[in-house]
This record gives sequence, C-alpha cells and structure tokens, in this order.
Amino acid sequence: MPKLTIDGKEIEVPGGLTVLQACELAGVEIPRFCYHERLSVAGNCRMCLVEMGQAPKPIASCAMPAGDGMVIRTDTPVVKKARQGVMEFLLINHPLDCPICDQGGECDLQDQAMAFGVDHSRYQENKRAVPEKYMGPLIKTIMTRCIHCTRCIRFATEIAGVEEMGALNRGGHVEITTLEKAIDSELSGNLIDVCPVGALTSRPYAFTARSWELRKTNSVDALDAVGSNIRVDARGREVMRVLPRLHEDVNEEWISDKTRYACDGLARQRLDRPYLRKDGRLRPVSWDEAFRAIAARLDGLDGGKIAALAGDLCDAESMLALKDLMAALGSPHLDCRQDGAKIGAKIGGAGPRAGYLFNTTIAGIERADAALLVGTNPRHEATLVNARLRKRFLMGGFRVGLIGAPCDLSYPVDTLGAGPETLSELAAGTGAFAEVLTAAERPMIVLGMAALARPDGAAVLHLARALAEKFGMIGEDWNGFNLLHGAAARVGGLDLGFLPGDGGRDRDGILDGVHGGDIEVVYLLGADEIDMARLGPNAQEGAFVIYQGHHGDAGAHRADVILPGAAYTEKNGTYVNTEGRVQLGRLAVSPPGEARADWTILRALSEVVGQRLPYDDLGALRQRLVAVNPVFAAVDRVEAAPWGEFGEQGKLDGAPFGVAVENYYMTDPISRASETMASCAEVFGSGRAGEATGTDG
Amino acid sequence: MATGLRDKIEEVAGRYPNRRSAIMPALYLAQAEHAQLSGEVLLEVADILDVPEIWVYELATFYDMFHTEPVGTFHIQVCTNISCLLLEAEGIVAHLESRLGIERGDTTPDGLFTLSTAECLGSCDTAPVMQVNYAFHENLSERRIDEILENLRGAVGE
Repeated sequence: MPKLTIDGKEIEVPGGLTVLQACELAGVEIPRFCYHERLSVAGNCRMCLVEMGQAPKPIASCAMPAGDGMVIRTDTPVVKKARQGVMEFLLINHPLDCPICDQGGECDLQDQAMAFGVDHSRYQENKRAVPEKYMGPLIKTIMTRCIHCTRCIRFATEIAGVEEMGALNRGGHVEITTLEKAIDSELSGNLIDVCPVGALTSRPYAFTARSWELRKTNSVDALDAVGSNIRVDARGREVMRVLPRLHEDVNEEWISDKTRYACDGLARQRLDRPYLRKDGRLRPVSWDEAFRAIAARLDGLDGGKIAALAGDLCDAESMLALKDLMAALGSPHLDCRQDGAKIGAKIGGAGPRAGYLFNTTIAGIERADAALLVGTNPRHEATLVNARLRKRFLMGGFRVGLIGAPCDLSYPVDTLGAGPETLSELAAGTGAFAEVLTAAERPMIVLGMAALARPDGAAVLHLARALAEKFGMIGEDWNGFNLLHGAAARVGGLDLGFLPGDGGRDRDGILDGVHGGDIEVVYLLGADEIDMARLGPNAQEGAFVIYQGHHGDAGAHRADVILPGAAYTEKNGTYVNTEGRVQLGRLAVSPPGEARADWTILRALSEVVGQRLPYDDLGALRQRLVAVNPVFAAVDRVEAAPWGEFGEQGKLDGAPFGVAVENYYMTDPISRASETMASCAEVFGSGRAGEATGTDG
Repeated sequence: MATGLRDKIEEVAGRYPNRRSAIMPALYLAQAEHAQLSGEVLLEVADILDVPEIWVYELATFYDMFHTEPVGTFHIQVCTNISCLLLEAEGIVAHLESRLGIERGDTTPDGLFTLSTAECLGSCDTAPVMQVNYAFHENLSERRIDEILENLRGAVGE
C-alpha cells in the first residue's frame, strides 16, 4: 500500500494504481482525454500532466505507477502552464464548431478547455481538415474534430474484440479509420461514448436534440435479458436516445447497439388506440367498446377454454395481473415461454430457481476458469454477457468450448460439436474438453435457448444438470450452472409462476388446443414470436385473440381485439434479468394516444368481466408480487439460488442445436419497427460487412 | 500476385514469434516486388500473414520508407535536417528541382525520379547528404549532383 502526498495531503492507496487514480482517490480532479479506466493506458494526450517530487519536468499521471513516498502537486503554476500548453496544442487543429457539434454541451474537450485552457487562441495558420470516414449506419464521423486519443481504437480492439480500427499516417497527419467499413460489433455504439470530442457521434441522433433540453430518466433495458442499466433521454413525449448507466455487476458502462439504437422504433408502428375486428377488419373503437366485446365473448365461457401467453418484453406487474385475472376466470392455461423452452417445472411453479437462472452471475464470469457454451451465441443473445466472457478471456487462462452452431464470439472458442450427442459424450467424460473441465477449479456451463426450446429440451436440461454436477460446477461458493435467457420478461414470468397451472396447457398445448377447438379465447400479452397461423385464420375458424401490446406486429395483425399498452420506456415496471436480478424500469415518457400502462388495462378489464382484481395502485400490485414470490422484494440484489432437481430424463434428439437469434437487429416488436435496426440488418445481415474487402468488387 | 512473394513472406514470418511481427519485413518484400504498396498489395500482405488489414495499413502509412504512392525508379531523398541545412541543403533541393523540372514530393513524367526531403540521414560529418534508393551520396555540391543524375540516367540507358 504505497503512501503518497498529493497537494500536501497524505494518502495511502492500493498497490498497482497510477498517480492519476491516486489523485482521484484523494479527491483531486485530473483532466484527461486518452485515459479511460476500462481501457489500456496510452499516455498520448498529455492532458494529465502533474508535478512529481524532484522530477525536472511534469509527468503524465495516467502512465506513472503510484509509488511509496511520491510527492505529487497538481496545483502549481508549472502544472497550470503545462495544461494550458497541452490544451493549446489540442485546439490547434480542432475546429471551433461547438455550436453545430452534437457533442456540444457534453464534450470533454469543451468542458476541459473551459476549466483548464486559456481564453484566446494565438494560432493564425490554417487548421487541418480531415475527410469524413464511413463507419456504418450507427456512427457519424467528423474526423476534423478528432484529437487522436485512440480511445476508439483501444475500445474496438480490447472490449469489442474487433481489429478493424486503426490510425493511419504519423504525427500531424494521423487519421483514425476503419478502412471505410462498418464496424462489425454489437458494441460499436459505445465508441461514441468513449470519444471525448465530437469526432464520433450517433448517426441516428444527429442534429435532433441538445443534451440540456432532454429529460433524463434512469431505467433498465428490456430488449434482452441482461437488464442493462440505461438512461432514457426524452424531449416532450419522444425518446430521443438511450445511454448506458454504470452498473459494475451487469453492463459495466457499456450497452449493446440494440439497446442504444432501437429507440426510434418506439415512435413507429405504435398501437395508440383500441381496435376491434368487425367484418374481418380492425376498426378503431373506444376502450369501453373493446372491453365490452371481450366481456361478451367471455360471458358464459368455461374458464378452461381461455388461455394466455406472455411475450418477451412484459413487466412482471402486468404478467401477475394477467395471471390473477386468468385464475379468476378459471383458466390454468398460461405460459410465458413463447419460444417453447422446456424450463420450469411442468406443473405448479417453476421448480428450483437455480434451474433457470444464470447462477454464476455476469460479474461472476470473471472468477470462472473454463466455460462450456451449449446451443448459444451470447454475442447475439446477450451481448454484454459476451463482453464479460471476452473480458475474462483477456485475463488469461480461460478455455471456452462450444456445442452448437459455430459462431465468432470475439475470443477463441473450441467448437466441440453440434448437438446433444456431443453433450452426452462430454457428460460421460470423453473428449479433450472433459479434461479442461476436470482441471478447472470453477468451470461454468451456459445453456442457450436454442438448446432448450426443442422437443427434447427438458432432457438436455437434465443432462446439462448432470454434467454440471459431474464436473464440480456446483460448490459451496460457486455455481457454474447457467441459463442464458434472451427475453427480458422470462425470468420474471418464471418467478411469478406465469406457467401452466394444475391441468394447464403450455404453449404447444394451447396452440394445439386452438386447432382442436378446446381453446376458444387466447390472450396475448405482448406475445409476437409465436406462430400466429396456429391460432387459426379468424375468430370463427380459430381462437378469439385478444392482443395487448404496444406495436402493430404479428400479434396485432391476427388480433380480434387490440388493447394498446405501454412500451418499456413508458411504464414503471419490474424486470428480472437472466441472473435473477430484480430491477425497476421507470416511466420516461407517457404512452402514446390512448395507450395505457399494461397492468392498469388488465385491472380495468377485470372489472368489466366481473372479476375485479384486488389492487388499485402500483404499490398494492407490488405487494402482491412480493407475496407471490419474495424475490421481488430484493431489488438489485442477487442471492444464490438453492440447487435442486430439474429437467427430465428422456431421449435425446439427434438434431443439432439451432440458433436462437437469427437476426440480432430484429428480435422484438420494437427493434423490428426501428429504421436504424433495419439499416443495420441490411448492412450486417446478409454477408457480414467485414467480409467485403476492396478487392471484392 | 506471384506465388514467389507468398513463399518469401512465409519464410520470413517463420523467423518471428508471431505473425504481426512479420508485417514490416513482409512489406519490404512486397515493395521490392511491386515498387509501390498499393491498397491491393497491402490487402495481399494481410491475407498472406492472416492478420487484420488495418495492422498492415497502419505500418505502411506510418513509415516513410514504405511507399503507398508511386515512386520513380530512383527515389532521391535529400536531408534537410540541421547539419545539412547549415550546409545549404535547401540550395541542393532547389538545384534538383530545377534540374528535374519538378517540385519536392513529385515524380518526373518519365517515372525516373522522385524527389523528396528527409529528416536526418545520420551522416552529418559528410553533409550535405542525399540518398538515392538505398545508396548514400555525400559532400554534395551542384556539380556533383549533375554528375550523379547523369550517371543514373546512363544506368537506365544501358
């Protein structure tokens, strides 16, 4: 523990820190551009100069290890002059176009020029101009503003794991480039956050809003099951952008491109009023008429003929309200697994929580020393889990094996096989990777939905459970058994038991029931990913479909009644991420038109159908949530889930594991409505952009 | 591209602990073969070494002795750093410019000469100095330059 004197104050800091970090601990702010705590040290901007003891000239504090007995001064005339000098050099070629720069108002260079620079320029010569570079549909470049801190290059190389960015030329001629290719990473949006100036900015957000006119709401993302912490920036009733919020245990300070850029989909294809199908066509109606149509259809209908499916973006509150309503109507036919994943017990609740959670936790990945991925592509299913796996790989001594469709995960992977037979062989202890798992102290297995959403899913789950026990993945302080979910609603739905009740049907049972005439009414709560054809062509030859959701997607097209709900940015809702972490999403803007928060719709409907739900406000509903499952009370806490029996011994299918996410940019009604995601799908979809080179055409 | 280059690069790459380290010698080999490191050549080098293209581009554009633009048969680099400067290196450059009919940085229309200025060539004791391809010419004077140019033109004629 070195002891330093910083500005006359003694401070003891942990070993291995730099002088800059020590200064931060001492409460002294050091200006910087190239230094970033999650990237390697470059030491090229020189903004962090401080005076050190007897050193003849100022030192770069970001690159100097803090040593015992160092005397650091940050408040001397020498330091002030050094910073002003560096700032003057940085501004030589930086355009003074802040009024038309999107970074204006939230720019490190602007702020630090105010705090540490001088108030005038002595520079008379021409500034240099650099041509703009193409970096894909998400990132806009104005390279004249670049100060060559190389944060973007280091982010792309280290965190994202794509060797596509670099600096051409030398000295005053340096240009950052991707060689005119779109950056082939699902984390590329973070480049605009690490860029300290306005060189890399958001292309979809360009010239739309100023940072100071935005209303900022802390929330969580619902587009995948990571539960990334986000800040939703809104102006009026429109979400202008989504930014990451620091959460060390979940997303650190990054978010995936879908989380960041799908927000334009929130303003398109919206259901902003109730609809009722009359004479085969959907007509706008009043809430009252829509509710009365539902009540009329349910009147006298046996509860066993009603079923409900919950989609991937649902908050826990609305799922519980629907579950309670279905119970009141006498229906046991519920399912929140619209992909048909064979997780959770068959009847009566979800079984042991450890059987459907990412037990290792996302931060816990850093403690693992070997990983087996089964039927999953974490890069597409949970980008930030993949980023954590890569981070663990970079620490060294981490072997990753994959059973399933081969994919590029940005770190080396041993592809072991394609289907369940490889998993059985491994569970029997054969193969080279069995030795890796045996030698590992804290091995982990990650099961993707592609391994479980298939007829033999329960048997795969059972086998994986046996494998986890065989290789010592389950221990006192270590649980290496993980399910990687893709749907933000899934764990919440399992936790509150949005599953078939006694004698109830699961997804396939419900859909088959429609075909057989046993199910007459299907309530879709934001469920768009099921095969709508199985609901029959219309209410006469199939089920009467009630769709409650926010986008005019597959479910709404088939619906007989549409109840317009709220998207995740438009309601206060609880989400449980794949680790089992309960987090609260917050209302950032109100839902459009006549749309309402989802649980209130169900509460209102319950009264019309004569089964009034016993909660009148969100507080009461949340109390009910905690009563159903106490985990909902532990917000943002992850407690180790008890191990137990789950899965089902059975015959394994010979078919190889499929792919859970076919198109990363189009996974849900919001991203499918987003123009930005559509242009990404176009650039990255067929034949990744990285494969096209200058010699191809 | 000749398979010869691939073999040569593979041979050199074998001497380095990793393939990234072999980019520099590979570029020298490619340049010897093609005179100019065009984008196509850089992509080929990246392909042979199986490294990201950007690594190759970064190195090729960083170093002056890799030519990403075409250069003449004879690349004349005149040192304009301090010792040479004190001994009228600017006059040497001006003389070359008038004799070749081009400005510094340009190539003669016949593709024979490219004239550029360089930082210290490390031969201050024999300043002023210039380098033609890999050969040094020291203690330069205007008369001496005329001789050198004549010899070079003669060498091509033969």
